[in-house]
Amino acid sequence: MIRSRKFLKVLIAVLSIAVLFISMSAFASETQEAVKEAASTSTAPWWVWPLVLFIVTFILGILAVLGGVGGGVLFVPIVGGFFPFNIDFVRGAGLLVALAGALAAGPGLLKRNLASLRLALPVALIASAAAIVGAMIGLALKPHVVNILLGATILFIVTIMGTAKKSDFPKVPKPDNLSQSLQIMGIYREESIGKEVEWQVHRTPQGLALFIIIGIMAGMFGLGAGWANVPVLNLLMGAPLKISVATSKFLLSITDTSAAWVYLNQGAVLPMIVVPSIVGIMLGSMVGVKILAKAKPKAIKWMVIGLLVFAGLRALLKGLGIWK
Amino acid sequence: MTEDRKKASEEQLAYAAVLNKGMWIGLALLIVTFIIYVSGILPSYVPIQKLSEVPQGSMVPYWGMRAHEFNKEFNVPHGWGWLSLVNKGDYLNFVGIAMLGGLSMICYVVILPILIRKKDNAYVVIAALEVAVLLLAASGILKAGGH
Repeated sequence: MIRSRKFLKVLIAVLSIAVLFISMSAFASETQEAVKEAASTSTAPWWVWPLVLFIVTFILGILAVLGGVGGGVLFVPIVGGFFPFNIDFVRGAGLLVALAGALAAGPGLLKRNLASLRLALPVALIASAAAIVGAMIGLALKPHVVNILLGATILFIVTIMGTAKKSDFPKVPKPDNLSQSLQIMGIYREESIGKEVEWQVHRTPQGLALFIIIGIMAGMFGLGAGWANVPVLNLLMGAPLKISVATSKFLLSITDTSAAWVYLNQGAVLPMIVVPSIVGIMLGSMVGVKILAKAKPKAIKWMVIGLLVFAGLRALLKGLGIWK
Repeated sequence: MTEDRKKASEEQLAYAAVLNKGMWIGLALLIVTFIIYVSGILPSYVPIQKLSEVPQGSMVPYWGMRAHEFNKEFNVPHGWGWLSLVNKGDYLNFVGIAMLGGLSMICYVVILPILIRKKDNAYVVIAALEVAVLLLAASGILKAGGH
């Protein structure tokens, strides 16, 4: 019975990704046709793209919460690659999409004590300050450079996550001095095993140092940073996977805010792209949070990997000019 | 102590409550202003139909232009200049976007008194610094890119 449920969950995850992949491929060919058509006469009616955006981002919102990533990490390569919008506006929207998804999921995760404010606040301070710097650099970068770096980074993270053996409940023999003085620790009930799990973290200074890089990259690429937050919180600092996923999601609501303001102030935000995407991702995230509380960490982990492989390959191949 | 750690802390719950309300208000604002925008109740600064049009001599539609080119084409103000265009359907949407962008700041301000009362000095400093960082980002003082 348990096996069949597990199989069903994995099957749903695989099917969701497959549907998304096929849909995006279909949009890709349509988009290319539309762009060709645009060069000679005119594009599709203006309302087509906002409608498609809404549907796509709703699906992304569900998958992003379950994967512990910001919607932005999926949004930027997918919308940037398959829709007729400039990457500047896509990155601006991507940050706001990731922000909105995190805002929608945040209250539920905090109330359930899955997201830890004590863990998030020190990390958020460093990441959000770095994200401002990243946003300023990112707006000066050429699009193909952004895509190559983004794709390579995501695939690197996927490799780490795919090869890690202990990530659901990492062992932390002794918390470091910094985490002890900040009292970064907690207890949560892991529904999938029916037990209460006590957690603490180690290697806090190293983790915080890495969040400088993560913040810069989040702002630079115009995406959320869940893809990097989760491995650092989980694999390096030793927080349980579910705490890492939830805290990462909440963290994005702070990190992405600072970078999003830079894009907003530079006029890289277009309401026609942003609003349908935000509404879609927020509604999708709410559905995702309800599923997250009962999902198994392993299922979440594999869903993260599947999503990131797709998004990473897409960005890399586009940047290299192989998959235009 | 163990029992306490099982539950979300007072400041965590306060943060969640404000975040929850603010998120709903922001979402409602986004939806209402977007309806006003697309229905044409208020005129748009950049006409909706124009966004998907391809300007003469260009290969891409207006929304396919780089941000600085788009802003130059339509003389869009930078920074908080959008406030002067809030009577236009498209820039009215920025009210909801700014609300969502400012929400984390509000949450931090709300939990600061709790942290001070608890004499959680390290987190008081962290929260105060975060407010400063977010204010700097939102200020529009910072200039980005080489365009």
